[in-house]
Amino acid sequence: MDALIAEFPRFVGGFLGTLRLCLFAAIGALILGTVLAAFRVSPVPPLRFVGQAWVTVFRNSPLVVTLFIFAFGLPQVGIVFPTFGGNAFFWPGVAGLICYTAAFVCEAVRSGINSVPPGQAEAARAVGLTFQQTLGTVVLPQAFRTVVPPLGSVIIAMIKNSAIVGAFGVTGELFSVDAGNTALGYSALSSLTGVAIAYLVITIPAGIALGVIERKIEVKR
Amino acid sequence: MSSVLYDAPGPRARRNTLIFTVIALVALAGVVALAIVQLGRNGQLDSAKWGPIFNPGNQYFLAVWKSLGTGLLVTVEAAAITLVLALAIGTVLSVLRFTSTPAYRWLVVGVVELLRGLPVVITIYFASRVLPELGVKLPPLWYLVIGLTAYNCVIIAEILRSGIAALPRGQSEAAYAVGMSRFQVLRLILLPQAFRIMLPALISQLVVIVKDTSLGFLVVAGFSEFVRAANTVIQFFGGSEGINLPLQMYLAVAIVFILINYSLGKLAEYIDRRSSRSKKAVADVATPPVLVDAGIGRGAD
Repeated sequence: MDALIAEFPRFVGGFLGTLRLCLFAAIGALILGTVLAAFRVSPVPPLRFVGQAWVTVFRNSPLVVTLFIFAFGLPQVGIVFPTFGGNAFFWPGVAGLICYTAAFVCEAVRSGINSVPPGQAEAARAVGLTFQQTLGTVVLPQAFRTVVPPLGSVIIAMIKNSAIVGAFGVTGELFSVDAGNTALGYSALSSLTGVAIAYLVITIPAGIALGVIERKIEVKR
Repeated sequence: MSSVLYDAPGPRARRNTLIFTVIALVALAGVVALAIVQLGRNGQLDSAKWGPIFNPGNQYFLAVWKSLGTGLLVTVEAAAITLVLALAIGTVLSVLRFTSTPAYRWLVVGVVELLRGLPVVITIYFASRVLPELGVKLPPLWYLVIGLTAYNCVIIAEILRSGIAALPRGQSEAAYAVGMSRFQVLRLILLPQAFRIMLPALISQLVVIVKDTSLGFLVVAGFSEFVRAANTVIQFFGGSEGINLPLQMYLAVAIVFILINYSLGKLAEYIDRRSSRSKKAVADVATPPVLVDAGIGRGAD
């Protein structure tokens, strides 16, 4: 485990790099995914189509292919992303991860809205609440509770998927830490064990926290 | 569309919907037109770029799809082997978890949580870099398969566990009552039913496996599957022919993946619908298994 001890600062740097990448991607994916979910429940057919098509396309194609299209396909059409700290793959990577994850966020949010029993909204309307009141005080608070656990799983999966963006060539991220270690002649075993531990440090506590939140806000029906 | 959120739309709501539909259609058409103009302006609509992949009459068409087909076969092979191994090991893990005494159970739980928390690209990379270092030399396909299996077997174990948990308690109680052992209860009563009700989730996991085989391209050196075959085609055209077609090629790759996975997804939905109709008794008593929950897997891998 020589690399782990000697190159500890490098791991910390990669750890922070991954968190930064995931922060951008999570914010983007949550916003885009919620908008797409709104499209999918909206009464306007073309918007429903867009939401449906987005989910079908991105959920069924590998993230690697999405990233390739963002990084190598789009520049062919004149869409060139700015570099980030000298790295040309950062923004295409983040954009690809956002588009991919948004499809899963959309599904989680949509199933959350659908999981509120129709009787709830019907009863709210029956006692004379307006549409805004129905949505704001009856449906959304309940939808939020059912949405949080799957949404958490989606974000944890996204953090794991960020490794693919790293493998793709984003430097200063956990996956790329290994390349630096290999260049210095450390064994793959020690270097990759360090990388693996760093991911577990993020995903396992996140999973436990999610479980706690899930139990706290669970709706008994 | 009527929704629980609204009353049935009246004339004014219908008119508003119509107006928004028109606006959305115009915006959508605008985006498509803009994309086409942008494609054209950058010379991406040339038949030289699309022909080799999409036009059967093109001189390169057969050769391109032959090499893509070879790659696709490797992808399917890797996915199939992974599925079989992951099912076998996942079942063993869920059996161990169910039958072992608490003293050992934490060990199984630990392995499951450990592997589940790792990015699958890391497990594949680990297999492809660390195994050779330890003197285990295998064909590249097997590094991918081992990495994928390590991740997916624990996901499948979790799927089976939630399937078992969703069964009515009476099932195992009755089995114990007639004198079966813990292992017998699991093998004869619980697992067969768990497999059945979790079949849709298992198929969804197969979609994840098929998608993840593409990671072999990123991290397994010298492994020629579908995406690498596509990449080789791009390099061939970019090099000797002077035609840059990464956009067209990756679109074709995405379309193939979408076709495969969309069909698998539909199959899962079909089975789900059929079994929930035929087995009302089980489904009504138990909480229906939440698919999203059944794997971070189905989440966003």
